[in-house]
Amino acid sequence: MRHANSFICLHQNDNVLVCIQPVRAGEVTLIDEKKITLNIDIQVGHKISRCDIGEGEKIIKSGAPIGSTLKKIPQGEHVHTHNMRSDYHFNHSRNTLTDTSNTQ
Amino acid sequence: MTNSSSIEFNAFLRKNGKKGIRNIVVVAYLVECAHHVSRRIVEGSNDSETHLIGFPGCFPNEYASKMMCAVCTHPNVGGVLLLSLGCESMDREWLANEISRSGRPVELLVIQENGGTRSTVSAGIEKIKAIRKQADKCKRATMQLNELVVGTICGGSDGTSGIAANPAVGRCFDTLVKANASCIFEETGELIGCEEIMAKRAVTPDLGEEIKNCVAKAERYYRILGFGSFAPGNADGGLSTLEEKSMGAYSKSGSSKISGLLKPGDIPPTGGLYLLDVVPDGEPRFGFPNISDNAEIVELIACGCHLILFTTGRGSVVGSAISPVIKICANPETYARLSEDMDINAGKILAGEATIDEVGVEIFNKLVSVAQGHPSVSEELGHQEFILTYKAFEALGPSCLPLANIQG
Repeated sequence: MRHANSFICLHQNDNVLVCIQPVRAGEVTLIDEKKITLNIDIQVGHKISRCDIGEGEKIIKSGAPIGSTLKKIPQGEHVHTHNMRSDYHFNHSRNTLTDTSNTQ
Repeated sequence: MTNSSSIEFNAFLRKNGKKGIRNIVVVAYLVECAHHVSRRIVEGSNDSETHLIGFPGCFPNEYASKMMCAVCTHPNVGGVLLLSLGCESMDREWLANEISRSGRPVELLVIQENGGTRSTVSAGIEKIKAIRKQADKCKRATMQLNELVVGTICGGSDGTSGIAANPAVGRCFDTLVKANASCIFEETGELIGCEEIMAKRAVTPDLGEEIKNCVAKAERYYRILGFGSFAPGNADGGLSTLEEKSMGAYSKSGSSKISGLLKPGDIPPTGGLYLLDVVPDGEPRFGFPNISDNAEIVELIACGCHLILFTTGRGSVVGSAISPVIKICANPETYARLSEDMDINAGKILAGEATIDEVGVEIFNKLVSVAQGHPSVSEELGHQEFILTYKAFEALGPSCLPLANIQG
């Protein structure tokens, strides 16, 4: 079964939407009644921006801040570790200890 | 919804009046050097209700002793065989005495005094037969929801956990708390960012302060260690930050008031919702607070949990020794891949085939069925993970259990 909309809004104050079924790049999705063409594949559980979000602004999900943007994020973009970060702890990845170019 | 006061379990009645939903015989090694012999005894006993647990360290640790005593005298445990190499620091006589005082059959085998591996294994298998015979004589009694202690944990979380499985567990917790069961949520290192909203749910302002302090402690602890409680798989699954993971994890707690703050090994004094502080006190000493999910499950069990509700998005396959684990999968794609390891498909919520409330009821019904003796999926598959490592805790502060104080 396919949902009419692949993204859900968890709280009215949120500036991100959550993907509930996989979407391919090039597909058109409706964000607050505006048609947006996605530029990359989005997997279930991932987020896209509901509106344009400025650099350093808070990302709001389920009505609560979950971190801040690293750069300006236009509406309909994938919102993830490449363009936002924690206001508490920075994340680690599988190659944090093995990547010699990593100076963390 | 079922009338919760009519729900009953045919439980095992322990000497202190507590009731268990299983009658497990545990073989507990008191140092890694006794692990292999203990495992051979468990294998040789050929009994799915005989579980292997243990502590690997040779140095003394108050937390490890308290935890080992708590799990060996857990209401789901009917008898214990302790395995010592002979030279480790764990006080085996004290532990055996505590277990004996709890009314359980207990035996102690010291490998150095028993002639080595083969002879200790065969002696152990004989002892297990005798312990099992005695454990099977345990009196049975009717148990109700208000005597049940239930824990929840998430593992392998992704962007679906916090919108499907976790809120559904939250609804189940609300139902249990209304029935005056004790419910425990935990992992304060994964509640970073939720401290203010969580403190507002405390039954007293002082408890709210304690909750904020324990999250601040967790934040500092992980910062010093250099890594937050955020695995690479969390990011693969769409979670971008620790606080996003926290918000999702937090929804497992439901909407009840928070009645108290526990530390590992503390038993909830009343029904209600409790937060378990799993991050050690003082300066970081022994490494990461919980090196993997089962370390947290063991701490929940040490707090008396008869059952564990385990939510996952990426997929986990674990169970536990002593207390059944019920696994609830949030992600429909994960469920399709790993359905043989899942008890509940909360992915139905995202697929639009069920509501959060409906899955909450399904979790509740599964919990009742497992408490009545039906095996959970991980029990059927033989999962009996157990891990206990070094930690250090101070005693609970006076504001942590306000309801216990009122009741005197």
